[in-house]
Amino acid sequence: MTTTVAEAGKLPDYDYNIVRQFTIMSVVWGIVGMGVGVLIAAQLAWPALNDLWQPFTHFGRLRPLHTNAVIFAFGGSVLFATSYYVVQRTCQVRLWGGWLIPFTFWGWQVVILGAAITLPLGITSAKEYAELEWPLDILIALIWVAYAIVFFGTIVKRRTSHIYVANWFFGAYIITIAVLHIVNNLAIPVSAWKAYSAYAGTTDAMIQWWYGHNAVGFFLTAAFLGIMYYFVPKQAGRPVYSYQLSIVHFWALISIYVWAGGHHLHYSALPDWTQSLAMIMSVILLAPSWGGMINGIMTLSGAWHKLRTDPTLRFLVVSLSFYGMSTFEGPMMSIKTVNALSHNTDWTVGHVHSGALGWVAMISIGALYHLVPVLWNRKEMFSVKLINAHFWLATIGTVLYIASMWVNGITQGLMWRAFNADGTLTYSFVESVIASKPGYIVRWLGGAMFLTGMFLMAYNVFRTVTDEPKEGEVRHDENLPIAKNA
Amino acid sequence: MDINILRQIGVVLGAIAFLAICWWAFSPKRKKRFEEDAKLPFADEQQTSDKEAREGETSTGEVAGDKQKQGQDK
Repeated sequence: MTTTVAEAGKLPDYDYNIVRQFTIMSVVWGIVGMGVGVLIAAQLAWPALNDLWQPFTHFGRLRPLHTNAVIFAFGGSVLFATSYYVVQRTCQVRLWGGWLIPFTFWGWQVVILGAAITLPLGITSAKEYAELEWPLDILIALIWVAYAIVFFGTIVKRRTSHIYVANWFFGAYIITIAVLHIVNNLAIPVSAWKAYSAYAGTTDAMIQWWYGHNAVGFFLTAAFLGIMYYFVPKQAGRPVYSYQLSIVHFWALISIYVWAGGHHLHYSALPDWTQSLAMIMSVILLAPSWGGMINGIMTLSGAWHKLRTDPTLRFLVVSLSFYGMSTFEGPMMSIKTVNALSHNTDWTVGHVHSGALGWVAMISIGALYHLVPVLWNRKEMFSVKLINAHFWLATIGTVLYIASMWVNGITQGLMWRAFNADGTLTYSFVESVIASKPGYIVRWLGGAMFLTGMFLMAYNVFRTVTDEPKEGEVRHDENLPIAKNA
Repeated sequence: MDINILRQIGVVLGAIAFLAICWWAFSPKRKKRFEEDAKLPFADEQQTSDKEAREGETSTGEVAGDKQKQGQDK
């Protein structure tokens, strides 16, 4: 019983144009977003850098610009590119949707530019990862609905009977992000650039972190697992380790993630039972997370030797190791007693970047190195050596980043909770800031290394795309598909 | 009715749903089908090269032939 065989007939004329556009913009926004990140990391180590152009370059204004740029501009462009590519290749049809397809691209670029202008101006809803004000929120909602129509329209038109697991993850991400974005941003506008949340007090906080954590769960996890389930098998040249496990992985992950958001509000005004529920669901989340991670890594069994020669595959596999690490760390930090130490410290920042740099960015980079030669009809990237250099810069940069934040976070946590015999605090706050300075410098160095790797990538992609292919450099590779010319 | 009864029913239903998904995914009856489904990312490679061959691009004929063999091996 075969379910995957497509009907015989003409090969679909895949729409690679939109994938190319988003691929290029991923590299561009990656550099911009990480560049702002390196700047604000430097501001924490050397505060005078806040004064470059006050008030627009103040840390408080640039920090949301950094998070929005890396998550939604870089991560978002990667996800548009890969989901549009994967849905076509695994459904064996051309992308459906007419003018809605370019609308998602140009609309998304307008949103990013809007964010780059409004956030430094201090226009913000003050909701973390949802800072953009209501006119931009409405535009995002429209683009997202168009995205859903294009994606699911393509699935409806598919020529294969089965819907491949990567598309399930992409589909869950698109639907959930639509719900999260719309519900969390419900607000009453009072002027052109100011609106007030429709919710009050603790309810507002709970809805914000239901959104915030599921932005992690569905935008930065489920969708990138969709990338994993397509690009790891493709690059390793063998099917995923266990397709059955991928089904259980999908349903377990999406049904548990939505409950975990309350762990961002431990020891707050949130009812105690809600905090405990969030903690328990966060700990349970370890199981599906590791199930998926093992499924991805085991896909390489019998192909481990490829890691020696293929830095693109190395990016993909190391990203899964960081995914495993940060999905162990996350449940641990959600336990209330651990959280009592880690809350509001740099440990949280380190945890986020272990996921964001180690998992999200590295699997994205791996997928882009796989995609670029396919999209531009080349045998391989301009320079495999540069990919390798990028790999080591990214890996060492990430390790420096998270190690320095562990040291800082635990130092801060211990200093803040230290009491003298008479009940007074042992340390003033500024003493913990001074103790953090070496860590801030190491973190800046790690981030700068990661950014340097992105510049190597930009050069490598530029040369791959623009160099005239020599004889024998045009793609006709056995394991990897031949891309169509535009 | 006590709210806790509803909560307990919720837990039981959730557990049943999880076990049902595991049973559905891992039942030996569907093993072969999922093995086929897992090959979906590779399914359009042969077609692509066939088309390139049809369009008469340089040196793709050989590759397409190889893939055809590979396809039959599946």
